[in-house]
Amino acid sequence: MTTLRSPLHDEHVALNATLVDFAGWQMPVRYSGDIAEHLAVRSAAGLFDLSHMGELSVRGADAADFLDYALVGRVSAVKLWGAKYTMLCNEAGGVIDDLVIYRRDWDHFFIVANASNKDRVVTELRARLGSFEATVDDISHQIALIAVQGPRSAQITASMCKLGADDIEAMKYYSGANVLLEGGIHAFAARTGYTGEDGFELFVAADQARAVWRLALERGTALGMIPAGLSSRDTLRLEAGMPLYGQELGEQTTPFEAGLGRIIAFGTDENPRGDFVGREALAAVKAQGVARQLVGLVGLGRRSARTGYGVTDAAGNQVGVVTSGAPSPTLGQPIAMAYVPVAMSEPGTVLGIDVRGRREEMTVTALPFYKREK
Amino acid sequence: MANIPDELKYSAEHEWVAGDPLVGATVTVGITEHAAEALGDIVYAEPPTVGDTVTAGEVCGELESTKAVSELYSPVTGKVTEVNAALESAPESINADPYGDGWIFKVEVTATPKSLIGPEAYSALTD
Repeated sequence: MTTLRSPLHDEHVALNATLVDFAGWQMPVRYSGDIAEHLAVRSAAGLFDLSHMGELSVRGADAADFLDYALVGRVSAVKLWGAKYTMLCNEAGGVIDDLVIYRRDWDHFFIVANASNKDRVVTELRARLGSFEATVDDISHQIALIAVQGPRSAQITASMCKLGADDIEAMKYYSGANVLLEGGIHAFAARTGYTGEDGFELFVAADQARAVWRLALERGTALGMIPAGLSSRDTLRLEAGMPLYGQELGEQTTPFEAGLGRIIAFGTDENPRGDFVGREALAAVKAQGVARQLVGLVGLGRRSARTGYGVTDAAGNQVGVVTSGAPSPTLGQPIAMAYVPVAMSEPGTVLGIDVRGRREEMTVTALPFYKREK
Repeated sequence: MANIPDELKYSAEHEWVAGDPLVGATVTVGITEHAAEALGDIVYAEPPTVGDTVTAGEVCGELESTKAVSELYSPVTGKVTEVNAALESAPESINADPYGDGWIFKVEVTATPKSLIGPEAYSALTD
């Protein structure tokens, strides 16, 4: 398989980034250092190339009704320019992908999918079209995604705008707007992200990505912004308790187990909702409850739990599995997320982790590990 | 391009050895700049313990970064005579100065190493 390159590839090489293969793409894992990049996002800002993410466009008179049927959230209730975190589930209620959808017009939705799942998402959505009057287009290769994340992101993003800076400052979290960047570049700017900080995601035409990247660095560097790679993005989202597809989420996992049952809209008597794919299975899970639950874990030692490590009870029997884990740069302690039996999911419960043959203890903690001050 | 000092010997597992590893001699061991860069910011180093017997090519400790954990292999066979105690509070020295302050342990060699390579061969390995 050919490895895909971001439209910003040459910028990353010029910045001496360490590049890795990620979901079929060659992407920057770090520039200066994982911890420096992580802390810059927490204290000032970081600039991310997320051009590997998949972007789909769903249009048509029935676009909203179609997405209401295809996804677990009530997409039709999203206001114009609003955003929503939702999921594409299979009939059994398992997660095919987690998505952010943006309403660009009454009959036009923009969907961001994980790079590794994008083709599957396109296929699944098209298979669910039935008689809905709507189209699903994969526009991933036309779009570059550049994210400015951190407490200074609004100031930096606004300074990049020729027209629309006021909209950036006034924008609510989980909404977006069209802006015109310096140089006459059109961008869809959304106040969304995956770092636990305030932040903006700029969707621009792929052939204008380099100009936008340079503009961001030109405006952001003096404010403490540095380019940040996928490694810091992973520790940032882990501290923020955000699930990652392939680790916390998968087809064998329901949103309830991941602690995200709230994103499923079953409707109410006053405001009923029609059928959606996975409804029956998910309603059964809701009624019966789950057997295992995603929990946060904090360790007192120094050795970190990592993806795939076993969670053990006091007798040393494996009872669960770690989905993500790392030494937290903000907390200075090992943190992890793991699936454990519900009986062991109460905060304060001490669990063992088999860290390469040696038992380390971690304590169940409410997620997220880190919450920004607003 | 990572720095590969001429005066050191190297293992395929990305450790360096300072000093002539003759039987009876004591050599210093660390990881290469290439390895440190690949691992990312090291936040925890678990070297072997003084008095441990280590064997060339076998695991003798671990290094942990925010991104990953890596096993530490001994490049020589012998007895550990000293470990870098400063790494306990400053493991980041391994990134900042892998061939200096970031040294990891010292070994009194008890067997002639067979698989150490020179800087040119190590450089070819990391290309």
